[in-house]
Amino acid sequence: MQFGIFTVGDITTDPTTGVTPTEHERIKAAVAIAQKAEEVGLDVFAHGEHHNPPFHPSSPTTLLGYIAAKTDRILLSTATTLITTNDPVKIAEDYSVLQHLADGRVDLMLGRGNTGPVYPWFGRDIRDGISLAVENYALLRRLWREPVVDWEGKFRTPLQGFTLAPQPLDGVPPFVWHGSIRSPQIAEQAAFYGDGFFHNHIFWPQTHTRQMVELYRRRWEHYGHGPADTAIVGLGGQFFMRRNSQDAVAEFRPYFDVAPVYGHGPSLEEFMAQTPLVVGSPQQVIERTLRSREVVGDYQRQLFLIDHAGLPLKTVLEQLDLLGEILPELREGFAAGRPAQVPDAPTHASLVAASEAERRVSTELPTAVDDVTGRSPYEAAEAGAQA
Amino acid sequence: MSDTVVVITAGVGTPSSSQLLGAQLGNATQRVLAAAGRPVEQVTIELRTLASDLAHQLTTHVPSPALTKAYGAIGRAVGVIVVTPVFNASYSGLFKLFFDLMDEGVMAGRPVLLAATGGTARHSLVIDTAMLPLFHYLKAAIAPVGVFAATGDWGDSSGQLSARVESAARAFGQLVVEHPGTPVEDEFAGDIDFENLLRGA
Repeated sequence: MQFGIFTVGDITTDPTTGVTPTEHERIKAAVAIAQKAEEVGLDVFAHGEHHNPPFHPSSPTTLLGYIAAKTDRILLSTATTLITTNDPVKIAEDYSVLQHLADGRVDLMLGRGNTGPVYPWFGRDIRDGISLAVENYALLRRLWREPVVDWEGKFRTPLQGFTLAPQPLDGVPPFVWHGSIRSPQIAEQAAFYGDGFFHNHIFWPQTHTRQMVELYRRRWEHYGHGPADTAIVGLGGQFFMRRNSQDAVAEFRPYFDVAPVYGHGPSLEEFMAQTPLVVGSPQQVIERTLRSREVVGDYQRQLFLIDHAGLPLKTVLEQLDLLGEILPELREGFAAGRPAQVPDAPTHASLVAASEAERRVSTELPTAVDDVTGRSPYEAAEAGAQA
Repeated sequence: MSDTVVVITAGVGTPSSSQLLGAQLGNATQRVLAAAGRPVEQVTIELRTLASDLAHQLTTHVPSPALTKAYGAIGRAVGVIVVTPVFNASYSGLFKLFFDLMDEGVMAGRPVLLAATGGTARHSLVIDTAMLPLFHYLKAAIAPVGVFAATGDWGDSSGQLSARVESAARAFGQLVVEHPGTPVEDEFAGDIDFENLLRGA
């Protein structure tokens, strides 16, 4: 089980002080938060992508490349990479380079983006969201896997004889997760390819999360990737922790009440009852997080949102210290009763090992045939051996 | 599970004349359908109880359990009776908000009986000028007879309102018998053909 944090990279005024961080401060804070996440023992740091204020991360691989140089162990991911408005060729190039620089500590979470006005800036239309996600990802997969790509589609200039440079590290592309709140086509896409599926989980009642994950698991099995409970599932979540739960509520409420997206809406108490948000003691965070298994089954990746709504960097780093403290108990809790066949989320090392194993099998069982005769040269050898 | 007719009322007073008209239309429809050999249960949704949930969903996209339940009931109904008070020459904002936040396609093909209440009969065309375009846009199967009740109707002993209620219920009942609303398809129940998606279909 992987634990980590994800951030959208919002620049929001701290409602308790009226102070708005500069873009420069927020970008540098992202680096400090990632370093701290590694220090407290987390497994994943994922950063969002946005192309409009009040968000800063328009160039995620620049940011993650810098963080890669400042960290040693933590896996770097995205939340999410826009598969709709980005050119799949540029995604393949950027994340290939990042993968080399980070020695494989990279995976991606793909999403469509729900900000209508952003699409036309990149020559796209939000109404084509699903079609763009399907076509662009089909191309991205080929760019990472085939040495020479000839391609023609609906949305992009055709490619003739395109070879990706650099090729993915060790010939193994980064693992991909597909994120969607309620579009069954995206859960289907993740299942079709045997990729991971991530549910943001934060703003929605559990029923939405459950039906998406159930669909993904059912179709994962249908496409022959293994039993439903071996599918690769990630969930979002969010908390605000203090040792004493009343202190957590008192300190977080002013941020919650005016937070982007859900502020000026339901009360903190209603939101906690209807979504995974926990504002309380470390023990409450542990209990609530462990209960997510009841919604989606045993899963592979838990990411928390902890640095939004104008929370100052100092507070965010304190949250990470507290998360580090409960991490052993979370790991223990998720390990208890976990069936042996439930896999861990793939990493570069595990994907390299799997690819090598596959290569060994294919050399042991040759299938090559002669271009002209259609016969396998090995058939003659076998026949000779028998005679 | 037995078939249901859902009565949606947007009245804000207690008691409210919209709610009263909705109950009369619901009861009359039940009688008509029972006589036609198609008995139904009646479910009432008072939008005033969902007002803050609707406002929250509008701004935060988080549907409350009560709202989810209400939309679910409509998605299973064989017919829907909608009653709004007239505010400034149209349906009330609360009434519109409820339909604005409904998933696309829920009303499509579903029999609906339009009804409204107002201070005077001078507002009665609101059914034709405001409600009809809305439910036409939602592709609902609109019953041919609507009911408008003005304040004066409630104290009128000549029985005109109850005759209009009966007449509307008969027309609506017939529509429900002939074209009952079907349950909204669960988009997570069926399988998507991903090869089709890949081909751009």
